[in-house]
Amino acid sequence: MATKGRVVGVVSNLVTIEVEGPVSQNEICYALLDGVRLKGEVIKVNGRHVFAQLFESTRGMQMDTPVEFSGHLLEVTFGPGMLSRRYDGLQNDLEAMSGVFLQRGEETEPISFAQKWQFQPLVSAGERVQAGDWLGEVLENWLKHKIMVPFDLAGFWQVETVVGAGEYAAQDTIATLKNQQGETVAVNMIQRWPVKVPLRAYAHKPIASKLLETGVRLIDTLNPIVEGGTGFIPGPFGCGKTVLQHIIAANAQVDIVIICACGERANEVVEIFTEYPELDDPYTGRKLMERTIIICNTSNMPVASREASVYTAMTIAEYYRQMGLKILLLADSTSRWAQALREMSNRLEELPGPDAFPMDLPAIIANFYSRAGFVELNNGKTGSITFIGTVSPAGGNLKEPVTESTKKVARCFYALSQKRADSKRYPAIDTIESYSKYMEYKEVQQYLQDHLEPRWVEKVNYIRDVLLRGKEAYDQINILGDDSVPVEYHLRYWKSELVDFGFLQQDAFDAVDKVTSLERQRYVFDIISRICTAEFQFETFADVSPYFKRLINQIKQMNFTVFKSEQFKKYEDELQSMLMERKQS
Amino acid sequence: MTDQATAFTKVYTKIEQISKATCALRARGVMNEEMALVAGRPAQVVKIQGDLVTLQVFSGTQGIGTDVDVLFLGEPPTLRVGADLSGRFFNAYGKPIDGGPDLEGEKIQIGGPSVNPVRRKQPSELISTGIAGIDLNNSLVTGQKIPFFADSDQPFNQVMATVALRAGADRIILGGMGLSNDDYLYYRRVFEDAGALERITCFINTTDDPPVERLLIPDMSLAAAEYFAVERTENVLVLLTDMTLYCDALSIVSNRMDQIPSKDSMPGSLYSDLAKIYEKAVQFEKGSITIIAVTTLSGGDITHAIPDNTGYITEGQLFLRRNTDISKVIIDPFRSLSRLKQLVIGKRTREDHAQVMNAGVRLYADAANARTKQENGFDLTDYDERTLKFARDYARELLAIDINIGVDRMLDTSWKLFARHFKKEELGVRQQYVEKYWPNET
Repeated sequence: MATKGRVVGVVSNLVTIEVEGPVSQNEICYALLDGVRLKGEVIKVNGRHVFAQLFESTRGMQMDTPVEFSGHLLEVTFGPGMLSRRYDGLQNDLEAMSGVFLQRGEETEPISFAQKWQFQPLVSAGERVQAGDWLGEVLENWLKHKIMVPFDLAGFWQVETVVGAGEYAAQDTIATLKNQQGETVAVNMIQRWPVKVPLRAYAHKPIASKLLETGVRLIDTLNPIVEGGTGFIPGPFGCGKTVLQHIIAANAQVDIVIICACGERANEVVEIFTEYPELDDPYTGRKLMERTIIICNTSNMPVASREASVYTAMTIAEYYRQMGLKILLLADSTSRWAQALREMSNRLEELPGPDAFPMDLPAIIANFYSRAGFVELNNGKTGSITFIGTVSPAGGNLKEPVTESTKKVARCFYALSQKRADSKRYPAIDTIESYSKYMEYKEVQQYLQDHLEPRWVEKVNYIRDVLLRGKEAYDQINILGDDSVPVEYHLRYWKSELVDFGFLQQDAFDAVDKVTSLERQRYVFDIISRICTAEFQFETFADVSPYFKRLINQIKQMNFTVFKSEQFKKYEDELQSMLMERKQS
Repeated sequence: MTDQATAFTKVYTKIEQISKATCALRARGVMNEEMALVAGRPAQVVKIQGDLVTLQVFSGTQGIGTDVDVLFLGEPPTLRVGADLSGRFFNAYGKPIDGGPDLEGEKIQIGGPSVNPVRRKQPSELISTGIAGIDLNNSLVTGQKIPFFADSDQPFNQVMATVALRAGADRIILGGMGLSNDDYLYYRRVFEDAGALERITCFINTTDDPPVERLLIPDMSLAAAEYFAVERTENVLVLLTDMTLYCDALSIVSNRMDQIPSKDSMPGSLYSDLAKIYEKAVQFEKGSITIIAVTTLSGGDITHAIPDNTGYITEGQLFLRRNTDISKVIIDPFRSLSRLKQLVIGKRTREDHAQVMNAGVRLYADAANARTKQENGFDLTDYDERTLKFARDYARELLAIDINIGVDRMLDTSWKLFARHFKKEELGVRQQYVEKYWPNET
């Protein structure tokens, strides 16, 4: 029988409950108030007193308000029909909610249990299977959605029966399984899984080495992320964090994008809602919305479900990864999640760590990032979750707990710089501070050299040096004055400006420039590298900047033009003749 | 508030604990966030621990005895909404301060639920203010939320009042927090003089009132705004001034509740507290709520927790700055930003708007560089000299807050200034616009 209790204390959304019977840590409970069920999660147990954080406002709650315990942890529901949906942080379908305003206690089904799907079996009776193995598939929109052996089944099972091809509702039994002890289970298309438990029904997690194309040159060429990789984007407000995430979401070469809008502005999600049904997926020609799932817990929605929302998003990503798909998970912003943790820890009167964040914040962040990754399934197929989170550091100061904890675990660091944003150099990813640890892995280097060109890594590192030398030269020029430094310094500075303006900056609102294929990146990067390694002849410093401005303008025109079109070739030829004017043989 | 007190309500007379802002007593059947009267002073339930109920007394607990009457009102803070809100001035509890009659409309709880994000519409209507620093460089859109960032000596209340009256909103709701009495009377006079009183509703907490009462002002203002936007599909403009004083009140309360402060002595929940207010800005199919707020800064420091958290929540910010060239306050084109401007620029305004805006700001930035050069003792080029002259004209004829012209005129003025100081090819504006809009006579 389910445990019951009654409220004996309320402070904000922290509720103290006196219970009769057993409860578990993180168990879900419901407070019954004025005919609605307010969901909450147990976060601390002390004798007969249980502390629960409510996912809703506690307004009107009284002493003795009855509470029911559910016997399970916070779970998400898996099944066909999740694509294109817009959920709140607890996986309620927002579209199915009744009014203009979110009503307290209203819950909606994440998928339709009665909807029929065209099922195609992938196993036959007698086969030996284990958790996560594919029993069959249904066509979810464009996706061959796999129906899998329940993830909570331990050991090996034998397929007793499996239905033939045909139409079945999600809740219909499509197979029965039996284990050696003689237990049998009936399997349908629906599963549930606790959000805070990583879904690990795969064979192993090899090193991720395949480059993930995002179409953003500053990322793909200079600081590449791999399929199954992790990265984060810290930056003060107004530096283009969200725009950058939207560009990546729209252009990354993946099967499914899951966007977790975690404690950010509602109008930003409305932008996705409005535009994604119209915009094309650059790789398949389908609409972007068809490959997207949005978990939306904007800043004015309850704080506790903000914390849950990132886990909900990650768990759904893990489910699709089990189907052998490439998932991109974006969370904006993980700082809001950390703040939700801070608010609760504060109410529990825990001893605070730095900036009043809970002491275990670094561990919580590390655990979460480690759920991303590239995996090999039991059937030898692979799947991946690439995770990119944004961080909103207080006052733009990167020496704060969330940024520092994230820096320890995320492999790519895309620091947005206020200075770059102020001078409208977009994307405002700092060209010197940012890095990708993946560039150091032999496997990744090998992949880049096989798929781009043999000396790719060397070339990229050379350009990084060009940027650094340019910055040093610029500082010298500023201190000593234009004519007190050698002309060579001006040349260094302008070469770095050429890399920046001609290659790293990208116009997110230009139809051609907003996304650059890897092949095109390789091509243009080669031109840029050649200019950077070339020797030029200048009499005075005053000649350097006009000449380089012409070069930059020429390369920008190329960037705005369709790759390898007539016009593109024309610009390129003109660029070559400009180079001949000053280049030394 | 007194209309709640019925003969059947139980009166408690035994207070067990009293602190600066709270008192606690044993009571049963009390609801979280319920309102109460402690010796006639408004108070709210903030904590229930067994039968020990903690009340926050808004006006402070000075002089409260352990034997005073405590009366629970059976409901959270409410506001009566209806047509009779028009042209009225209220205190933080929704009680008239203008000598008019009590409200009679339907009673609703303030601080109500959030709008379902999938029911929102994308904002798309330009708000014209006549101020070029806003309309030209940082266009506002209905359904947007944006604060003025200003030092306390700057005339932000005047600018807000101007913006409010010109914005063409169906309804203006002013939430005044910690307003000086002079500022309160200023707003009142400006609205009266403009003959706009009928479309105005004000909730006012002045410096004479207890600071903690301020915490009710935004929710009161926004509850009224939601009534007009949802029930009567009006375009509502909500003015909140000064949000820094609101945050100060938050920190007072959290301090008295023994909460561990985070950055700058602000409560750890500051972000959520502010987001709950600002996110009430919304565009519906019909009707909208736009929020323009004031956040006063200390010496222009935007890394302080209040402007910092605000910046992460709002859709941009408008910076007021004194320009010494022209001895006037301008809207700073560098640090100001309207995140929603691209939804209307060139769509609701003339085709050349985006390019003219960028060119103007870029040239103004060149002038700033030239000034730095000048200060460091380097020689100025002819171009540098021209940018400096341009910057002065640009500030006087466009950025100053006393400008009142239409957007087309702002664009024409920009072209006129470009032509006065620059050659066509120095603009970097698309050729077709230069041919079309470059003034013939110079």
